[in-house]
This record gives sequence, structure tokens and C-alpha cells, in this order.
Amino acid sequence: MSKRVFITGIGIVCAIGKNVEETFQSLLAGKTGIGEITLFNTMHKGIIPMAEVKMTTEELLEEVGKAGKKNLTRTALLGMKAAKEALGSAGISNIHQYKTGLISASTVGGMDRSEDFYASFLSDPARGRLIDVVNHDCGDSTERIASHLGISDLVTTISTACSSSVNALMFGSNLIKTGQLDRVVVGGTDAVTRFTLNGFNTLMILDKTGCHPFDENRAGLTLGEGAAFLVLESEEVVMKDGKNILAEVSGYGNANDAYHQTASSPDGTGAFMAMSKAIAMSKLQPNDIDYINVHGTGTQNNDLSEGIAIERIFGEHVPPYSSTKGFTGHTLGAAGAVEAVISVLALKHQVVFSNLGFSIPMKELHNRPVTTNHNASIRHVLSNSFGFGGNNSAVVLSRYVTGDA
Amino acid sequence: MAYINGIGLISPQKTVDPTEFLPEIMEYTSDYLKCIEPAYRTYIDPIQSRRMSRLIKMGIASAKISLADAGCSMPDAIITGTGLGSVEDTEKILGDLSSEERFLNPTPFIQSTYNTISSQVAIQLKCHNYNSTYVHRTFSFESGLIDGMMQIEEEMARNVLIGAIDEMTMNHLQITRRIGQWKMEPVNNLALLETKSPGALPGEGAAFFVLGTEKRSSTYAELKDVATCINLNGSFRPEVVLPEFLAKNELSPNDIDLVILGVNGDCKYDQVYTHFANQFFPGKAQAWYKHLCGEYHTATGFGLYVAANILRRPVYPVVLHLNQVVPGKLRNILIYNQFRDVNHSFMLVQGC
Repeated sequence: MSKRVFITGIGIVCAIGKNVEETFQSLLAGKTGIGEITLFNTMHKGIIPMAEVKMTTEELLEEVGKAGKKNLTRTALLGMKAAKEALGSAGISNIHQYKTGLISASTVGGMDRSEDFYASFLSDPARGRLIDVVNHDCGDSTERIASHLGISDLVTTISTACSSSVNALMFGSNLIKTGQLDRVVVGGTDAVTRFTLNGFNTLMILDKTGCHPFDENRAGLTLGEGAAFLVLESEEVVMKDGKNILAEVSGYGNANDAYHQTASSPDGTGAFMAMSKAIAMSKLQPNDIDYINVHGTGTQNNDLSEGIAIERIFGEHVPPYSSTKGFTGHTLGAAGAVEAVISVLALKHQVVFSNLGFSIPMKELHNRPVTTNHNASIRHVLSNSFGFGGNNSAVVLSRYVTGDA
Repeated sequence: MAYINGIGLISPQKTVDPTEFLPEIMEYTSDYLKCIEPAYRTYIDPIQSRRMSRLIKMGIASAKISLADAGCSMPDAIITGTGLGSVEDTEKILGDLSSEERFLNPTPFIQSTYNTISSQVAIQLKCHNYNSTYVHRTFSFESGLIDGMMQIEEEMARNVLIGAIDEMTMNHLQITRRIGQWKMEPVNNLALLETKSPGALPGEGAAFFVLGTEKRSSTYAELKDVATCINLNGSFRPEVVLPEFLAKNELSPNDIDLVILGVNGDCKYDQVYTHFANQFFPGKAQAWYKHLCGEYHTATGFGLYVAANILRRPVYPVVLHLNQVVPGKLRNILIYNQFRDVNHSFMLVQGC
């Protein structure tokens, strides 16, 4: 597989921005998206913060031209919005010009609606509005996005917990490299739900003060929501159409920690393997990596395991790194794509973004994350996404300089 | 393409022993077809299995059966397809949420994550290799196969473990009945086609396959190719897609000896199959299998089990016959499936 895969479009909606530009401006301004829960009623309101997209579901419906429709979940709407922006950013107007696929990722699918349904249904099996449950499965949001974009060549959905959308990017890249598709829209979407909020709360890994990735006193993650999509195109299409290239997908790796269903191994085996595979595939050396957008959830376990794995690879020469979850929260199935988009912005604007929420270095590590935005020469970014089930994935994105091809 | 070198299947039929092929057909008159589960202690440490929900146990056991069948101890990739993951665990949380927003047991939340089976199999095997999970309705298993075959073709893997897993629960049955997916009353599975009413007979199953680069004594057949086609606003044109799919594999419709259809007793959508078979395979032998396993998102796992066994033995059991045509030879089998005329898929299986 020697064929090259290029990123030609990006789209995002997350707690710090309704689109790529707003997100970039918030990153530059150091503005967090974490705040009080407003979207649904919950006993955790005012106690546990979240990183919500600052749009109501009604506003999202209007935004995608579906005002008044009752059959669209928030997860689907976020995805439709971000994917549409990505297509526009890639300058694609005729979707049927090339063989095009959509690989989306999600961990909750239409859960935002099914949890309402179940409350009525469980009180009486004849009750509950069916329109709230027919879109429960993860495939639903993907098909809504596909329909919104007019994509029908290859459509599927991946769910590997918090690494989901990096796996979508990997699968999409492989489909281009093997010639099954000419271009593919890859990414993920997840809305916040009471299901995930309470689920993570039982694991006691939600930080009531907002997340503090890689900080000695970190106490957990902050849930976020959002969607992000990237348009990947083959070298042939890019050359033929003279496309504007945002970045190249130069390597990726997927490995399993095979340690515990939710906890990461103390030596970061899976993380180490995923990063090593990604760097090896990109035919780079660790010292070629100029910035790492770490997974950095802010849990005790993840940051220690990831930090150790990074030191195993980079030794004393750990490149500048930051977790951007202090901005966006942990967007679960969308996180890998959200951070891939942020990595593309780092490459495009040659800027390293700060790690919000950090103050005291972890005693186990010999380095600290970047705490102020700064300009830097960035050729290659490594972006990590790790999930429950030991699903660890990493991707290397590289700056494309004209004449490289 | 890849060789099917091992199969593990837990289904409503007696399929747990891979040395047999449908030794006795199970007849049910029921709301849905429920899996016949093996004694799990053979496959999972009882201390571990005590906390596992049913689907996870079915998944691990069928994965281990397939690996033993293939003589493979460490696959280079583990991939699963599941439409809904552990419904039982998801419902437990939704139940807790509906009464009071405070559930004390994190286990159902952890297990409700769609990738639990893929990762539990990895933990059991201590397998650090590629691991992924596809969750797209009736494309879930097929997407996993596409991924796995790509790993093999691109020499990233030699042996890939791929699963197709979904379960039914009473709550889920009630809800999906209300949506109109199923028959409204218990049905005799072997008389399914006599109902001539809307709705399918629901089922469940856990199937794992070991696909490999090498032909061995355990090889069932060759999985030549898999394709998924979504039909959005009439985008699916079988008259274009099918000949292309076959031509890519140097075949034409006339080379297909047997077509295995996803006919499920739903009079509304079964006509899609009838139309397809009449259009492309008139006079060819047609088989079906969903009266044996029921309908579910990853039912094509049962379909692939059937195709692989037909080609390996070779035998074409009468219970699978959908028409009277006896195939002259058994070499090329096409499995065609569709879900509500939206999710169409093909698998091409060849004897070897």
C-alpha cells in the first residue's frame, strides 16, 4: 500500500465553535467550551460540568435545513452539520463525480432520544413515542448524514468507544489505498446524553472542576459533544482536480491494550504499540514528530498510561504536546476526528495549542504539556485516541508542501 | 479474497459443534428464535463469566470455537460487527435512568459499549493486534469482512477473526414489534413462508469466522468478495452493481450455482428477493436460512456459515431449499441480503 491519502476538507462543530473558523479562534483565544449543563434535566446539573455545543437541537435543525422535522437525533444533526462543512471546505459540489464513501463513528447514536422513550415505555409497554426510538442505533445517524450529502457508494459506522473516529479515518484511508474509493468523508459524531453522563459518573471519572489533562491533581474527564469530519482524497483525484491539500495522512496504527475492559495498562502497552505503528507506517522517526495532540482525558489512569507510553517512544526528547480536551471536553466517538481537525489546524497555521487546565506536572513524568499557544515549525503531528476496551489508535498527519508529490 | 478456515456459531440451531452441519433441525413456535447456548465453562473461566452479560459470553465462546476449528491461537486482527451490541446491558441502564438518575453498578455501562466483545476476546487471548467494531445495521458484519479482507490483501494480517453478533430481549422485541418489524404473534419457524403477512420472525446469533491467507485441511471455502450498497433515494441499481461485482471476480450471473437469499417471511420485503432472483438468476437454485436463525442485524453470519458448509462437505440440505432446482455443481455461491430495501449486501463464496 504505497498510495497516498490527502486531507482536502475539514468540518467541525464542538463546544468551542460552530465551525472550523470559530473553533480555531477559540483555540487561539484560549477559550474553553466547558460550562454548566443546559441541554437536559439532570440531578448533576450545577455539579458536574460539560462541554456542550452552544446550539439547541432546534437551532441545529434549522441550520441543516430541516426545521420542524421530528425524526432527527442530535447526534445525526451534529454530524450532518460538520460533514457538510467538510464537503464545502473541500470544494466538492458534485458528489457523484468520484466514487465517494462515508465512514462515521459514534458511541451513543440516537440515545438522546431513546432514553426519553424508555422512561415512558418502562412504565407501560404500550407507551413511548416510537419516533424517539426508531433512530436508536448508531447506523441511523450515519445514514442521515449520507443522505444529507448524497453519498451512497460505501457507507458504514464504527464504534470502538473513544477511539472510534480515528478508526474511521484509518478504514477510510485503507479504502482509498486499495482503490475501492476515490474519496471518503470520515469522522464521528456524538451528542451528550444522560446515559453517558450517568454511566461515566458511576465509574467516578468525571472531574467536578472541569478536566485537567496531565496535571498531577487531575480528577477525571469532562464530557463533551460534537462532530468532526475530514474529506480524504486519493492522489489521483487531488492531482487531476488540482485540489488544495490541507494535510497528508501519512501513517496510522491500531493496537489493543488487552489488559482490562476500562483501565489502561500501567506501562501503556496498547498506546505504545499504536503510536509505534503509526510512526513506522509514516516512515518517520520519533524525532520527526513536531507536536502530539495527546488523548489526555484528564483521568488518573489514561494520562499516566499515555504519558509513560510517550516516554517509552520519545525518551528524553518528547516533542511539544497538549490535550485539547480542556477546550472541547471529551467528545467520545467524535474525539479522534475533532482532534484530527485540530491537528490539521496546527499544521496549517503552524501553531501548537495550549493544554488548558494544567498547572502541576505529574510526578511520574519528566516533561509537561504546552501551556501557552505558540508558533512553531510543524511538519508532522501525532494524534492519539484511546478507548474503553483497550482500543488504542494513533494517526500521523503531515504538512503538505507543494512539490512533495 | 480469503480462505474461511474456522467457524464458531451459537444460534437457535444445533451449530456449536463445527464438525456437524445442521444435524437436527430445531422447530419452534415462538415470538423469536433464541440461541441454544453451550455450557460456557468450557470456554470462559466461571469467575469471569459470572459478571458477563449473555451476548458477551456468546461472543467469546463462538470466537474460541472458531479459533480452535481453524487451529489458530493468535489472530492478527479481531473485528466484530453488531447492530446493537449488548441490548441487555443498555436496557439495564435505561431502566435505572428512568426511575432515578443514580445507578450504582457500572458493569452494565461498561458492557453496553459496542466494542466490548472485540475487546473481551482480545483480553481473553492477550491479543494486542488490530481491533475494531462495526455497528451499521445489516452492514455491520459485512463492513467487518471488508475491513478484514483488506487487512489480508494488503498483507497487514494473515489470520483475521471476524464476528457477527446480536441478541434479542423481551423489551427490545416489544419495541421493535410496535415499530412494525416483526410478526405480531408466535410463528412456527419451519412454516414461516405460509404466514404471508408483514413482519419477519426475529432471531439472534453469535458467529465468528477465521479468515486466512493459507488454504488448510480445515478450510471450508474461499470468501471471494463482499460488497455493501446503500439505497438512498433509489441509488441502488442492482442491474449495474451486481454484474460489476461478479465481473470484478471474473464471473457472470450464469456462473453462480446457488443463490442464498435473506428471505425472512416478511411479505412486504420478501418480494425484493423474488424480484432479484427472477431478474438475475432465473432457473437457478435458490436457498434461504432465516427460518432457522430468525432475522437480526448480523444474520448474514448464519448465511455465511451455511454457504461455507455447503461448499466444504458438499451437501445441500433440503431444509434450505427455497425452490425445486437442484444445482448441477456446487462451486460458486452468492449470498444476497437486504434490510428494508435500504441496506443491500453481497457475499461471494467459492468452493476450493
